[in-house]
Amino acid sequence: MSIVASTVLALSACGSDDTAGGGPAELQFWAYNEPSGAFRTAAEKCTADSGGRYRIAFQPLANDADTQRQSLVRRLAAKDSSIDIMSMDVVWTAEFAEAGWVAPFPDDLARQVKAESLAGPYDTGTYQDKLYAVPANSNTQLLWYRKSLVEGEPPKTWDALIDAAEKLPKAGRIEIQGAAYEGMTVWFNALVESAGGKILESPQQVGLDSAAAVKAVDVIARLANSQAADPSLSSQKEDQNRIAFESGAAAFQVNYPFIYPSAAEVGEDFQGDIGWAPYPAVEEGKPVKAPIGGFNFGVGAYSKHPKEAFDAAICLRNEENQKVAAAEGGLPPTIAKVYEDEKFRKDYPFADLIRKQIEDAGVRPETPAYADVSLAIATTLSPPGRVKGQAAVDELKQKIQDALTSKGLL
Amino acid sequence: MSTPASTVAPAVSETTDPGRVEKPQKKALTERARAERKLGWMLCAPAALVMLAVTAYPILNAIWLSLQKSDLRFPGQSEFIGLDNYVTVLSSSLWWTDVWHTVVLTVISVAIELVLGMLLALAMHRAIFGRGLIRTSALIPYGIVTVVAAFAWRLAFSDADGGFMPGVLRSVGLLGAETDPLAQTSTFSTYVVAILAEVWKTTPFMALLLLAGLALVSDELHEAAKVDGATTWQRFWRITIPLMKPAILVALLFRTLDAFRIFDTVFVLSNNGSNRSVETVSVLGYNTLLSRLNLGLGSAVSVLIFLCVVLIAAMFVKGLGTNLAQQRGE
Repeated sequence: MSIVASTVLALSACGSDDTAGGGPAELQFWAYNEPSGAFRTAAEKCTADSGGRYRIAFQPLANDADTQRQSLVRRLAAKDSSIDIMSMDVVWTAEFAEAGWVAPFPDDLARQVKAESLAGPYDTGTYQDKLYAVPANSNTQLLWYRKSLVEGEPPKTWDALIDAAEKLPKAGRIEIQGAAYEGMTVWFNALVESAGGKILESPQQVGLDSAAAVKAVDVIARLANSQAADPSLSSQKEDQNRIAFESGAAAFQVNYPFIYPSAAEVGEDFQGDIGWAPYPAVEEGKPVKAPIGGFNFGVGAYSKHPKEAFDAAICLRNEENQKVAAAEGGLPPTIAKVYEDEKFRKDYPFADLIRKQIEDAGVRPETPAYADVSLAIATTLSPPGRVKGQAAVDELKQKIQDALTSKGLL
Repeated sequence: MSTPASTVAPAVSETTDPGRVEKPQKKALTERARAERKLGWMLCAPAALVMLAVTAYPILNAIWLSLQKSDLRFPGQSEFIGLDNYVTVLSSSLWWTDVWHTVVLTVISVAIELVLGMLLALAMHRAIFGRGLIRTSALIPYGIVTVVAAFAWRLAFSDADGGFMPGVLRSVGLLGAETDPLAQTSTFSTYVVAILAEVWKTTPFMALLLLAGLALVSDELHEAAKVDGATTWQRFWRITIPLMKPAILVALLFRTLDAFRIFDTVFVLSNNGSNRSVETVSVLGYNTLLSRLNLGLGSAVSVLIFLCVVLIAAMFVKGLGTNLAQQRGE
């Protein structure tokens, strides 16, 4: 009995972070442990600026999106009140909102956020016309290349990119995410959207109109089976691409801008040698629908201090903090005004291209069953070297249909 | 596992034996025995209650959940659907692929562990100098947290993570220039690394269980056989092995059960479960439960793993005559 009693005591001791004494509200901020430390710094700054209203404690989450989500949903499903603020990948909004895990922002705050944010990122935080998470940073992928290795204009389409890489006498590789995880879905979605298709017609209905989907699969298969593919393609995620690119093994890399500040650590010369170009198109002339990613900050539905948490979430993504995240972590801002800032434009020489891509981006499917849909896509298209046009599309349609109705093993 | 059996057995013989010898005192003694038994129950009740709370309840809850359509994201849509989840799992090719992966990993790694473990046990048994030191140092891999050990193997063998082993293997011609040993497409080498990691990690455990069995074989038998002209090899096969059979079977049972539930090593080596070429049933259950939050399907997977484990244990105990109680007192 005493074991039970002491366990119960210990458990309740963990959960008692109440501030009945009138001190600052203790807010737990669960967020991606952004490598430059920008999120942590923002938490410290906002605590200092709150004038004693609240104190934000930073709780680091894992490195990849899938693991971050697992940590959060496990707690949220158990109605954990210690999740006051959390960093949410842009694709989680529908799922979290539908399950009642995030609290919608009050209308006045939502209006303020809408007025200063770019439209694309703002929409990723909304579900059924309510703002559930404030855009903190956006993200999109560019085609990065080594200026000393690539002659002339950088390629504009995937086919041209693969041709160009294969012709290079050395380092003729393209670094891209090919592991069976969220990154694969990001790639596939951008390809389908750029080819003029959609993965989902509506939250309940599979899209993948054949021609566009087959084209998308063909690009993945061609790249994976070409000389330009990294031998590790099928197990690479963003950071492994960055490492391979920095080691000099590849002339091209399709990745998020975090690789740019990171390149400065390799050396000034190396960073100076990096060029950037728009995300490749599927067909020349067709509009490019580049991936859009990033984090939004949501307030946990079971938080004991929602009022303070909403204000803190707004503060964590204010202009000043977004500038730091952009300069140090390479994270694209969501506040329009930041793109005009002189210092920011100097640190972020590709600001205009990023802004344009974010505004025309191909948003990933919005559905409460997103995690299942993404898993279905990533696993069906893996390993990328073995997928085949129409057959892969048919299998995808079937699996996504199952995923939408939470049926079947994935 | 052997503890309950070994404590129950002497208790029974103590209470029945005196009763048979002196009949007149039977009543008084049984009363005392009854009081003792009552006290015994009361003493172990807290432990039993805790055990029930942390094992029986989750298991029953998992069985109950596996009969429902239940998804944490859509709590309003839960309903009882009987065995539908089991039909879904058992008719899915993914389940059977993963069962196959698990069986391959289990059989090969346990077989290698048995051979290496036996060699290690013999060495430890025969060691004259520094016995304690040898036994302790042999246990070091077993003392390392599995996840940490698995990461060490992944960081050594994965090209994508910049490991040093691919370079070494290439320089001796064991690996093609364009292959990453832990990529999704390299099923064979992923198996090899997973098995190596498992063997490296758990051979000491096997060796310790076998060492306990070796202690049972008396030196006199060996000396007698030696006098009769038996060779070392004959003595090993005809004396050591038959006498150690119970210990070997118990060691095999424990390791097989552990290996069948393998999770950490495979999860880490497969890039957090994203490389499915060696995905095991436990990883499948984890994905279904924790990524998809599909409690119904995930629980069905878990219950099926549980049934597999029960089946393996039953095969060992009934089929091969593994006697867990024989392990006691060693």
